[in-house]
Amino acid sequence: MSILHTVNKSPFERSSLDSCLKFARSGASVLLFEDGVYGALTGTAAEGRVREALATVKIYVLGADLKARGFGEERVIQGISVVDYSGFVDLAAEHAKVQAWL
Amino acid sequence: MSQIVKKFMYLNRKAPYGTIYAWESLEVVLIGAAFDQEVSLMFVDDGVYQLTKGQDTNGIGMKNFSPTYRTLGDYEVKNIYVDRDSLASRGLTEEDLVAIAWEDWETEEEVENIVQVIDSARASELMDEADVVFSF
Repeated sequence: MSILHTVNKSPFERSSLDSCLKFARSGASVLLFEDGVYGALTGTAAEGRVREALATVKIYVLGADLKARGFGEERVIQGISVVDYSGFVDLAAEHAKVQAWL
Repeated sequence: MSQIVKKFMYLNRKAPYGTIYAWESLEVVLIGAAFDQEVSLMFVDDGVYQLTKGQDTNGIGMKNFSPTYRTLGDYEVKNIYVDRDSLASRGLTEEDLVAIAWEDWETEEEVENIVQVIDSARASELMDEADVVFSF
């Protein structure tokens, strides 16, 4: 079973997302939540890196955190799945471990 | 009452909700309004996310303080600046931001939206002109 990586920091303020994507192995999953959700949006300076990562890892974003920040699913990069809190729990349960990138 | 009026600038560089900075800044701005100074707010870097439209925090169990920005015009805040580069690198435009109206109660002069998107050179100039810069 693979790793679920979580990122809760903005990609524009911390290197958490970049490091996560650098170390995540093929087949791993990445969940973006809290300020990490900004990395899931289209048109940003981080979009290219995220799209590239989608070729090897699955990426998820927590819907409630997107909504809190004023963004809907229509602003999310294609290929990223929006999940709710129970989806977060399912992901945690489905993977061998959870690795947090703070 | 005669007094010295200083130019206060609040410099906001953090996204809302993930940390407490945005909320703390807003609280200080509202408290500071009691002191009749010339107040401006500057949003750069992730701070521009504080002004996005349509924030709905029901799902995360936190207070949505976004509507409070729209009342800033009533608290003697006359100038709100947003750094254009910070918006662009986040895929945002002025359309994504809330509008904040301002009205002078004495002259009834009205400004529909005091949010101004400016370039970095202008932002530097405004920082220079401020007497005090409060950083959040």
